[in-house]
Amino acid sequence: MKKVYLYKGFERFWHWTQSLLIFFLMLTGFEIHGTYQLVGYENAVRWHDNAGWALLILIVFTIFWHVTTGEWRQYVPTLTNMKAQMNYYLIGIFNNAPHPTGKRLLSKLNPIQRLVYFGLTIIVIPVMVISGFMYLYFNYPLQGIEIDSLMPIAYIHTVGAYVLITFVIIHLYLITTGRTLTSNLVAMITGWEKMDEHEAEEAVQDVIDSASHYVKPVNGDKKKKKKKKKKKKKDKKDKTD
Amino acid sequence: MRKFYVIAFILFLPLLLLAVIQLNDSLNDPGVTVYNYTKKADRNTKPSVDHTKFDILNEPFTDAHAVTAACLSCHNNRHEEIMETSHWRWQRNEVLNGREETALGKKNILNNFCIGVSGSEATCTRCHIGYGWADKDFDFEEPTNIDCLVCHDKTGSYKKGRGNGGYPDASVNLNYVSTHVGSPGRDNCGVCHFWGGGGNNVKHGDLEKALLECSREVDVHMAIEGEDMSCVDCHVTEKHQMAGKLYALSSENTSRATCEQCHTNKPHQDKILDDHNLRVACQTCHIPVYAKVNDTKMYWDWSSAGELDENGHPFHTPDVDGNHKYMSIKGTFVWANNVIPEYYWFNGIADHQLITDKIDTIPVQMNSLDGSYRDKGKYQKSRQPSKIWPVKVHRGKQIYDPVNMTLIQPKLWDKEEGKGAFWVDFDWDAASEAGMAYLGLPYSGEYDFVETEMYWPLSHMVSPASHSLKCIDCHTRSDSRLENLTDFYLPGRDNNMKIEASGITLIFLAFIGVMVHLICRIIYRKRCPLNQKLQGGNE
Repeated sequence: MKKVYLYKGFERFWHWTQSLLIFFLMLTGFEIHGTYQLVGYENAVRWHDNAGWALLILIVFTIFWHVTTGEWRQYVPTLTNMKAQMNYYLIGIFNNAPHPTGKRLLSKLNPIQRLVYFGLTIIVIPVMVISGFMYLYFNYPLQGIEIDSLMPIAYIHTVGAYVLITFVIIHLYLITTGRTLTSNLVAMITGWEKMDEHEAEEAVQDVIDSASHYVKPVNGDKKKKKKKKKKKKKDKKDKTD
Repeated sequence: MRKFYVIAFILFLPLLLLAVIQLNDSLNDPGVTVYNYTKKADRNTKPSVDHTKFDILNEPFTDAHAVTAACLSCHNNRHEEIMETSHWRWQRNEVLNGREETALGKKNILNNFCIGVSGSEATCTRCHIGYGWADKDFDFEEPTNIDCLVCHDKTGSYKKGRGNGGYPDASVNLNYVSTHVGSPGRDNCGVCHFWGGGGNNVKHGDLEKALLECSREVDVHMAIEGEDMSCVDCHVTEKHQMAGKLYALSSENTSRATCEQCHTNKPHQDKILDDHNLRVACQTCHIPVYAKVNDTKMYWDWSSAGELDENGHPFHTPDVDGNHKYMSIKGTFVWANNVIPEYYWFNGIADHQLITDKIDTIPVQMNSLDGSYRDKGKYQKSRQPSKIWPVKVHRGKQIYDPVNMTLIQPKLWDKEEGKGAFWVDFDWDAASEAGMAYLGLPYSGEYDFVETEMYWPLSHMVSPASHSLKCIDCHTRSDSRLENLTDFYLPGRDNNMKIEASGITLIFLAFIGVMVHLICRIIYRKRCPLNQKLQGGNE
């Protein structure tokens, strides 16, 4: 057994802060929505607004981090292994089959995760942030910008909230589908995930590969082509695994 | 382990920040800041002039007119200011909502209390700032017809007589009163504005004798132990023109006395609350109930008036609280106290059911407050967007002409029998005949009673901030104060049934999906924790 450092410090900070903020926004948001009374309407509104701002600041830093580290590539959707992954969750998981896509440093997400997180990042979160701040600032006329009615904004924000709750439920459940019930959770807390030696090697291999970008022979054209071939071979290997 | 603490700290940092922000907010309470107002403690209230030293006021007066002449001998030209006011004219030229300019006022507008003054002036003008308005012949241009004393008396001993067109009661010592004059106090204004409609708090619901001496809970501005403010502190007066007016009589959004003139439109130290002021009047939250001390009249049914006792005399019956439940001269009443206002959009523009207007709505809208949620931005009709206002709605039943489809002005009062006055002769037909003839308006000879509604926006009896409405009073799904204002989306009150149903279904399906998956996993035992441990040993 080996441990692989999958989640960097900022990544974990971002993930947990975001999770707390979203949970908090959910709690206060549905009080504002009139679903229940918990902390008092006035507190709910104030805290929801502050948490909204905190989330926005976090998002700005996170975008910066993803762009500068190139980690954004992890969220580019792919169909590769999509079917295998779906089969795993529907069938394989009950037969103790191995995960079809191992976690790699440069590809931590399985194809379904990629698609879902991509959707969250591109649609749900922006819609929630934009509608949230419109709710907050355009419900009364602001510097000449005046919306006709708060209703569509409120409806959109509510729909988004329900989608996020659904995501959270499934997300929380899927935490338990790692190698052991808690291995995913531990990895997101400590950054280190336990793998067997073969998996650990695979996980870091693509970093080694990509690091080779930085080393080139002077007449490096041939070498590049070779590397591409290598990659393809590796993909095939994964599938057969 | 050190790392764990670092992570824990980082995770809780945003929450810590939030807590600090909240704490800061709650500590940062500088109290109420006001503008354009001198606090009681900083004011010099000593009169500049001692009127007892004027000889002209110490010589016997032949009549009340002579007092006015004496006043004007020093305060010359003041009568010109008075004659410009609606306190004097009982009307002013105003544009009715969506209609032409009309001379409107107490003189000609009908209400659903004592209906109107026409034909009964001699008794109604007990509240006119003049002497001798008993009929149409009253001279509005004669300076000595002005009654200075009713507003400027500081002795509390001045009062007008009953049924004699606004002349002082015989008991009044004119020399005593005229030598003790000053700026109008609450009792000067109150004698008419508290007692309008024939009794204390009958009309407004938020203006009554309790304000003469009240606690902070009743009126935070007028409280004896507080600023002890007088009416004219808010109804700022220049050249006898008093700011502020009443939408029982007015129509235009002009010359209003506002909370903002002292408190500004951002008084809260909180952006969200300040923002509310764009669409919610201050009064809405800060006057949570009206008629806090004495009852106000909520319903007045004229159709039952006219019953006489076995001797043929009018009578009246009190209810359990001592208010009149029935009066032969006026009909049946319903009173109430600590009433929760009704809420309406209002942009400061009103309309009125004039006596010449055809009745086209039932209940007849005696006055209608204009406004809606949409009345803002490019749809804005007035100087400001419509705001939500607390309103006393007075409902009733009063006489109308079912043939001509107009309201009827009955003659109510006269000194003598046989002149058609309803309060003397108890004959609706004769009263209608006499009243309408007085106005030169047609009366078909048929009368009936029709339901009416009249709207009185509330502005007085402001409660201390601690008693004002809380968010949850409106922002709630059940029993929202604003449940009748349905033309906009109110967070906490409103939601879309389809979205709620779909959302809950989505969550339910996700939950079911997860549970089914989990149960399958447990049943197959392939990845259950126990199994995992056994296998873990082999690896």
